[in-house]
Amino acid sequence: MIEIEDLHKSFDGLQVLKGVSFRVERGEILALIGGSGHGKSVILKHVAGLIRPDRGRIRIDGNEIFHLRGRDLEQLRGRFGFLFQSGALFSSLTVFDNVAFPLREKTKLSEQEIREKVLTALDHVGLKDAEDKYPAQISGGMIKRTALARSLVRSPEIMFFDEPTTGLDPVIAHAILNLIESIHGRLRFTGIIVSHELSRVFQIVQKVAMLHEGVILTVGTPEEILSSSDPVVRQFITGSIEGPIKLH
Amino acid sequence: MLVRKLGATTLFALQRTGRMGVFLVKALIYAITPPLKIRQVLKEIRFVGFQSMLVIFLTGAFTGMVLGLQGYYTLNRFGSVALLGPMVALSLIRELGPVLSALMVTGRAGSAMTAEIGIMRITEQIDAVVLMGVNPYRYLIVPKLLAALIALPLLTSIFDVVGIFGGFLIGGKLLGVSQGTYFGEMANYVDTQDILAGIYKSLSFGVLIAWICSYKGYNAGFGAEGVSKATTQAVVLSSVLILFWDYILTSALF
Repeated sequence: MIEIEDLHKSFDGLQVLKGVSFRVERGEILALIGGSGHGKSVILKHVAGLIRPDRGRIRIDGNEIFHLRGRDLEQLRGRFGFLFQSGALFSSLTVFDNVAFPLREKTKLSEQEIREKVLTALDHVGLKDAEDKYPAQISGGMIKRTALARSLVRSPEIMFFDEPTTGLDPVIAHAILNLIESIHGRLRFTGIIVSHELSRVFQIVQKVAMLHEGVILTVGTPEEILSSSDPVVRQFITGSIEGPIKLH
Repeated sequence: MLVRKLGATTLFALQRTGRMGVFLVKALIYAITPPLKIRQVLKEIRFVGFQSMLVIFLTGAFTGMVLGLQGYYTLNRFGSVALLGPMVALSLIRELGPVLSALMVTGRAGSAMTAEIGIMRITEQIDAVVLMGVNPYRYLIVPKLLAALIALPLLTSIFDVVGIFGGFLIGGKLLGVSQGTYFGEMANYVDTQDILAGIYKSLSFGVLIAWICSYKGYNAGFGAEGVSKATTQAVVLSSVLILFWDYILTSALF
């Protein structure tokens, strides 16, 4: 279970998070929605322990993440999977070696076992034929799928998806969200997904939280959010230009 | 106002120096505690050491040749051309070998270290390493530190040997100092202490290059501009510190 309580964060005097609180139950995926540049990715990086908050608490299965140090923190992170917006593949490694990286570094599996696991993961994302290619030689969609395979290869208990479909064509975007749904069905990980692909994402998540002006405006099931009468939520969902959300 | 500005600048400089110090201490602690990424270390030795050999060979040869030429004409005025061998050897072993090798490695491998780590930083590859539960110091910094520590003394030795033969090529083959005089006098004047001092210098330069260049890359700013700025700062700071540290060591060792 992930609990976020009263999270505050400023960058160079600009207050991005002004008291963010929400929780994600075990085995549940929460969609974090809100305007671009409002701090959704910043929240994800806080939860993953990459950024320290100015104030507030984050607990994962009861452990306060910013109180953990050294091996304990590494162990907790070993349970994470993180799909970065850019993919964050290692440019000096092939697709195969990228996916094999967490297995080689964090498990004692033999090279044969690693090979089997990596090829299965690549098969799941439809990239078995691209194993020898480098990130510079593959398309944006393939980079995202490789990154997805890498983040899932160790069967993580907690997954973070930072805009997994941004910049992809609708077919590949749909395929990636289908993959996330099917893998969640298999692994039952706890997850947070940041995405603007609302219609499809709402079908695969159990809960939605909307971030607006540094705070969580509302949390509810996808149905509750879709039927919300809050003018901010309505404007965001319909994508209307008219309404309380100001264009920056 | 001026006092406040001065205070802020001093505090900023102190903070930065402190952070750099903590970075080095962490890297050194991880370097001496297992597990060690042997494959990464070997890969870095190949990059820092083996792939720098050509530039070290050329720099060493030309430095030795210039020393042979200048040394011959200077010593000839005093009728002491017999001391050309010791002059070339001592200049190379005590000063020019360690310093020029370190400067060449900074330009060739140090800048690449900063750029590589900097690009990994701005493309979130370091964050990815961290989130896989892998210690980025062990995976990225320690192999570079150990590689520089191992490669620098070896490259410096190659520089010295090539330089000494470069000096002989000019002083001996071209200007007529005999082989026996050139190398025989060298054995009389160069002692183990000189060689050891050169090795100590190159070891410390290896740590310095890996430390500064890795730190600058690890803390690179945003985008391509951030990486290019970090690379420039790494090369300039490493070069200045090499010369500064060389002076300190020369004062202490000789």
